[in-house]
Amino acid sequence: MGTEEAVVIGAGPAGLFAAYELLLAGADVTLIDRAAQAGGQLVKQTHKFFGSKEHYASIRGIDIRHRLEHALEKNGDGRLRTLYSTTVAGFYADGALACVKAERYYRLHPEVVVVATGASERTVAFAGNDLPGVYAAGAVQTLMNEQGIRPGNRALMVGSGNIGLIVAYQLMQAGIQVERVVEAADEIGGYQVHASKLRRLGVPIETKTTIKRAFGTNQVEGAEIWRLDAKGEGIAGSEERLTVDTVCLAVGLSPLVELLSQLSVDTRFIPEFGGVAPVLDETYMTSRPGVFACGDVANVEEASTAMVEGRLAGIHAAGYLNRQIPRRKEKIQALETSLRTLRSGPASEHVRKGLRKVGEHA
Amino acid sequence: MLKETGVAEPRMIRSVFPDSRVLVKPKAIIECYEAIPCDPCETACPTGAIEVGADINARPVLDVDACTGCRRCVTACPGLAIFVVSIQEDKAVFTVPYEMLPLPEEGALVNVADRCGQPIGTGEVRKVRKHADRTASITFATDKGLLYEAVTVVVDDG
Amino acid sequence: MRIREHPILRFKERSKIAFTFDGRTLYGEAGDTIAGALHANGVKELSRSLHLHRPRGFYCAIGNCASCHMTVDGEANVRTCITPLKAGMVVKTQQGKGRVDGY
Repeated sequence: MGTEEAVVIGAGPAGLFAAYELLLAGADVTLIDRAAQAGGQLVKQTHKFFGSKEHYASIRGIDIRHRLEHALEKNGDGRLRTLYSTTVAGFYADGALACVKAERYYRLHPEVVVVATGASERTVAFAGNDLPGVYAAGAVQTLMNEQGIRPGNRALMVGSGNIGLIVAYQLMQAGIQVERVVEAADEIGGYQVHASKLRRLGVPIETKTTIKRAFGTNQVEGAEIWRLDAKGEGIAGSEERLTVDTVCLAVGLSPLVELLSQLSVDTRFIPEFGGVAPVLDETYMTSRPGVFACGDVANVEEASTAMVEGRLAGIHAAGYLNRQIPRRKEKIQALETSLRTLRSGPASEHVRKGLRKVGEHA
Repeated sequence: MLKETGVAEPRMIRSVFPDSRVLVKPKAIIECYEAIPCDPCETACPTGAIEVGADINARPVLDVDACTGCRRCVTACPGLAIFVVSIQEDKAVFTVPYEMLPLPEEGALVNVADRCGQPIGTGEVRKVRKHADRTASITFATDKGLLYEAVTVVVDDG
Repeated sequence: MRIREHPILRFKERSKIAFTFDGRTLYGEAGDTIAGALHANGVKELSRSLHLHRPRGFYCAIGNCASCHMTVDGEANVRTCITPLKAGMVVKTQQGKGRVDGY
């Protein structure tokens, strides 16, 4: 017997839903996040979600977060303990978790752990990429939409996946002029509707183009972009200088697997997920019995799929604890169908490919 | 190419418009050219005129006769890809979603922009609706010759 | 640098909080992170790289990348992008890796 029944690490969309299902099943849950509040990246997502009604479609991420928190409170019944501003610094071979909160150390020894640590934003190599004023795009979203602070006045967005397109739009909403969105690939990476929203505002999007360098003395004062040839090499002479004080990098995410790696669970490099991802069985359990993973840490995808995965992982973790769930089988089937639907379109081709690669090793 | 520019080509735009004679009454124009997993337009439609179907990756199909131009889909679409348009005498009257500040004043003369954000003419703002979900909708009238080009208004923030 | 008007969000003016940054008194607002408050004051340089001493700023906003590490109230390597600002905090640009005793 552990000192805790269930610990969920990460209070983003996946973790919140895992905690919700565990609570519904009657388990005692400790929910940990290093941020000062729950919600993960939902707290800055001012755009409306896609999906269907069951995925909170047409509702903004910031509003979904409040609904989830409310649902947790309602079903918590005194069995939910939240540890925010708390970092899980160690995951030991005996299953113990080392947590740090305000210079205090806590040791937890749970029976099950759901790891929902999410992902971190990647960077890309160019001269000056370490200057203040070069930000991860999601970080700028946090600064603007959560804290109400502008990163600057004129921005360049590098990358046209959904994050790049959405954050560029949100920069415009916050009164920051987006000079350009550049995309190294031949095509825009994100949804066409997001790209069209930006174009209507007069923001140019250029494919086969990337940043060559950012310049400035102690912070970004400008950036140079250039066209790429068929091999992806910069074309000399195609450089264009932009006067910007903000460069946002939306060049993909990598799963935050460090805690799982400490435990030496089976992992595999999955290029489609931007890094090393844990190998999971069909119950979202890692190679370590009692340790589950869901959301971006398992496969970098959308918040809507992370929420469904969180529910599934929570239900399976409750099952591992021998907690009874009414109509468990039907519930799991419905959620799995929902996930398959979300992933069945052409926009999810890379996700299906990544999942197949993980599956080969389960 | 839409996937390279983010701007639909004229041929694609025409394909989502009904015959202009139908537009004596307001109808939804759904500029959802890509299969993405999403169906709130169908859920929002009170007359069942928009169908996505069981596979939410399918593109929405509009039953033009059933569409009443009620505008609910305009703010429900998370991609802001739907507007309502009608032709009234020599004017095309658009209702478009709008999520920027400042909002235009009703009655104001504003620039009307195309899918690249370029001003292509002027329009009169007839109605500005603020919705609880914070996506506003703006109804403006412009030259009917801009039916296939106009998509938004440009509001000076000075 | 503060957003006061926004089509989707409401940012009310919150109570002012005084803190010091490298000896200067600056003001943030209740609810700011330390890095956010510095940004609102136009301070973008938060640290220096260890070897080449190049300026480093706000990068990840999730306490992951170490670019925003500063010395706060004598404690080194504080992740200022996720640490809430408190009145009277003494925030300093950190020299080098930082030591447990704060120097």
